[in-house]
Amino acid sequence: MSWSTPPYLLADVSVRRVMLQVLVALLPGIAAYVWLIGPAIILQLLIATLAALLGEALMLRLRRRPLLLFLTDGSAIVTAWLVALAFPPLSPWWLTVVGVLFAIVVAKHLYGGLGQNPFNPAMIAFAACIVSFPALMSQWPALGLRLSLAEQFGIIAGLAPRVDAMSGATPLDALKTALKLGDGAVDVPTLLATQEVFGNFAGRGWEWVSTGYLLGGLWLWQRKVITWQAPAAFVGGLSLLAGILWAWNPQQFANPLFHLFSGGSLLGAFFIVTDPVSGSTTFRGKLIFGFLAGAIAYVIRVFGGYPDGVAFAVLLMNLCVPLIDMYTQAPIFGMKNPK
Amino acid sequence: MLAKLFRFKGGVKPQTNKAISVHEPIGRAPLPARLFVPLHQSIGGAPNPLVQAGDSVLKGQLIGAADAWVSAAVHAPTSGRVLAVEEHVAAHPSGLPTLCVVIEPDGRDEWIERRPVDHHSLPPERVRELLRDAGVVGLGGAAFPSHAKLTPARAVAMEHLVINGAECEPFMTCDDMLMRERADEIVRGIAIFRELLSAREVLIGIEDNKQEAIAAMQEAVLRLAPDYRVVAVPTRYPAGGAKQLIRVLTGKEVPASRRSTELGVQCFNVATVYTAYRALACGEPVLSRIVTLTGNVERPRNWEVWLGTPMREVVALARPRADSSSFLMGGPMMGFEIPDLDAPVVKATNCIIAASPALFPPPPPEMPCIRCGACAEACPHELQPFELYWFARARNFGKTQEYYIFDCIECGCCSYVCPSHIPLVQYFRFAKSEIWAREREKQAADAAKERFELRNARAEREQAEKAERLARAASAKASEKRAPPDPGNKPAPESAPAVDQPPAAAGEVAMTAGDAEAIRKAAIAAAIERARSQRESAQPRNTDRLSAGQQREIAAVEARRAARSTAATAAASGTAAATDSGGAAVPPAGSRRDD
Ligand code: SF4
Ligand code: SF4
Repeated sequence: MSWSTPPYLLADVSVRRVMLQVLVALLPGIAAYVWLIGPAIILQLLIATLAALLGEALMLRLRRRPLLLFLTDGSAIVTAWLVALAFPPLSPWWLTVVGVLFAIVVAKHLYGGLGQNPFNPAMIAFAACIVSFPALMSQWPALGLRLSLAEQFGIIAGLAPRVDAMSGATPLDALKTALKLGDGAVDVPTLLATQEVFGNFAGRGWEWVSTGYLLGGLWLWQRKVITWQAPAAFVGGLSLLAGILWAWNPQQFANPLFHLFSGGSLLGAFFIVTDPVSGSTTFRGKLIFGFLAGAIAYVIRVFGGYPDGVAFAVLLMNLCVPLIDMYTQAPIFGMKNPK
Repeated sequence: MLAKLFRFKGGVKPQTNKAISVHEPIGRAPLPARLFVPLHQSIGGAPNPLVQAGDSVLKGQLIGAADAWVSAAVHAPTSGRVLAVEEHVAAHPSGLPTLCVVIEPDGRDEWIERRPVDHHSLPPERVRELLRDAGVVGLGGAAFPSHAKLTPARAVAMEHLVINGAECEPFMTCDDMLMRERADEIVRGIAIFRELLSAREVLIGIEDNKQEAIAAMQEAVLRLAPDYRVVAVPTRYPAGGAKQLIRVLTGKEVPASRRSTELGVQCFNVATVYTAYRALACGEPVLSRIVTLTGNVERPRNWEVWLGTPMREVVALARPRADSSSFLMGGPMMGFEIPDLDAPVVKATNCIIAASPALFPPPPPEMPCIRCGACAEACPHELQPFELYWFARARNFGKTQEYYIFDCIECGCCSYVCPSHIPLVQYFRFAKSEIWAREREKQAADAAKERFELRNARAEREQAEKAERLARAASAKASEKRAPPDPGNKPAPESAPAVDQPPAAAGEVAMTAGDAEAIRKAAIAAAIERARSQRESAQPRNTDRLSAGQQREIAAVEARRAARSTAATAAASGTAAATDSGGAAVPPAGSRRDD
């Protein structure tokens, strides 16, 4: 369309700027991650970024889309970073690449590219990989595992052997094991207080990574890049279920705070369920979307067979978005109290 | 101010750029060598020309009379000679020509006899007529004939008369300057409108970035009409949209499907009120208007410009800088690029902005919608612009209507904030005009169908009549046969019709003639049968073969048409849903800042 159309003034906004702000908002979480695990995560982010840009360029080429315009919009990098942060940090490089390519090529471009994907690409990548490579996707580094830079890079590059000692149980795993053993066998409060993997209020160390995501998310909200409904509802849905079960049986179930700061909860709350493309767009829709995603994530992580449930919960809710949106359209100006 | 203000959702805050054009008082633009006064300067019917080439006209003389109730008169801005009544390029984005009266001023500027009236002494209908004949229309940009908005709803008491001095479009300052300089006339004009509407309360809304105008209006109100309230409203585009201002001042929300008078509120622009006052108290019809000349110019300023002055001459007053690439009429949010500077200034011309690539950089390339919802946040009518955009793009116009496309006022807030730089308003205009076009087509098809059915019915009737005549003839013959021959008798008069029948037909009847009554019945039954089969074969073509979807669409169109007829009247209350076909000197936007 030609430029001789109003409005002739445009706000200084762009997709690239939106994406850049999301990347910036991830930095506090990443910083905590580096402090916790070491520079391995940086390497993963780089690998993911590279893979994403290559995949994006390839698909743009095949789809005959303007290369530079879309390569620089930042959306592929956001996807790449989310994949890298969702995957175990010492995954072999090819696993990260496979995940990112799956996100970009299949989940994004095969559905029509930027703005068209009904599912969150990073979560599709996570789900696909955890189904295809369950063992690798469950290998989270044991805490206190102090590996040198070279060792970390060696593992990622596949040059060093993946020592078994390297992978420890995540805090969520530890709890799930406790639950499996049955009532009375393990007592969650004592577990939290005694086991090394547990920190002040959630998993040791991980709680600070989550806090980083929380800070970044709040900043995004303050910058009006995201709205509060989906994150708040996600936190609410997760906490509510956790709270009920915890109140019912505190010996067996962890408290809501623990759940919020463990696993992918806050990354999900502020960076995944807020994805505008695959999420709901109405006020009430975002609340429903977030709440159910949070609740389902809790159910899967506590009772299901996977270490965390955020990815599947989000994908499940992505499916419902058209329906949610259709039924949650708010009344427009002048139609609120039809007389 | 103690007034409780309400908020409208959404809106944006672009740079206002108003300060540059308020340093100098309103100037009076010189008379051009030729005036091109378009006859059609308002929403509604085009006035008929009352003059022809060679006539001499006086200043203020009627040259185009309102042709319908929703229409407004047009006058000669000065005395002189009519050179021609011909097509001339219009101030319209299409650049299509419109019928203009071309006047060569004689320099004497000689008035026609002016008859000031005291509106108190006249019945309201007469006052409305006078306003129509003085060419008073909404000067906020919509150019809707004001008299048509001045009839209160019968069932609802007029609670609020809202006077719009908000002027929210960036760059524009014509209302600001008018309020600063001519506050008394505005306040006196308000009194006229208030009386016509029997409005209980008068609220004058002015954006709080116009402190001088607020002060001037407050001062005038204090002196002339202390019970009016001048209210400073927060500066946020489009606070000057009629519906937004009504919302902010009264808390009422007027949807597209209703007239504001039904909610007991009506809204007029300050400049409109001013011209109404001049029309009645001074007997001066609308001959000029105040135009802001601004943007990329050496001398931004407001000018009182004679209607019909070619824009080129007006623009020259502001001395546009060399790098000016184009000129906009209206503000940067809702205005349009003037296709040809030969187009004349009209009643809707509130502002002319010299544009340059530096002032209004071309938009970055359009990206796909990322459903970020920024547009929905910014939409003052609380629509979901991105949904409308998807549906408009997919040409799914039924859906766009489900998502209230006709409530969109084309304010441009959504396009303004869209990070993907999608020209959303463009898509909405496209969808609206497509829907209108389809409706027109449907109406034409309906009319054709009606004609077809009428013709069918006529044919049926004729056939039935013919059959009946035949039957009568047959029965006459039969009774003739049965009757004892009477040589003295002339042929019975009843048999006369038989003479009219073609011989073959008569023979046919004669051949099968048995019982006259039975024949008659058979003939009639046959005619009825034929008519039915004809009707059945004709009908499916029109309705029965439609798919469920098409039928739904038709039902929707019907519903819409019902809504449109209210909207058409709603136009009378400032919704102005009507657009103009090319050539009208009115911007195509659904509704301007105010009427
Ligand atoms: S602002 Fe633009 S990109 Fe965002 S939802 Fe609206 S149309 Fe889509
Ligand atoms: S142009 Fe229409 S859809 Fe866009 S913000 Fe204005 S009213 Fe809403």
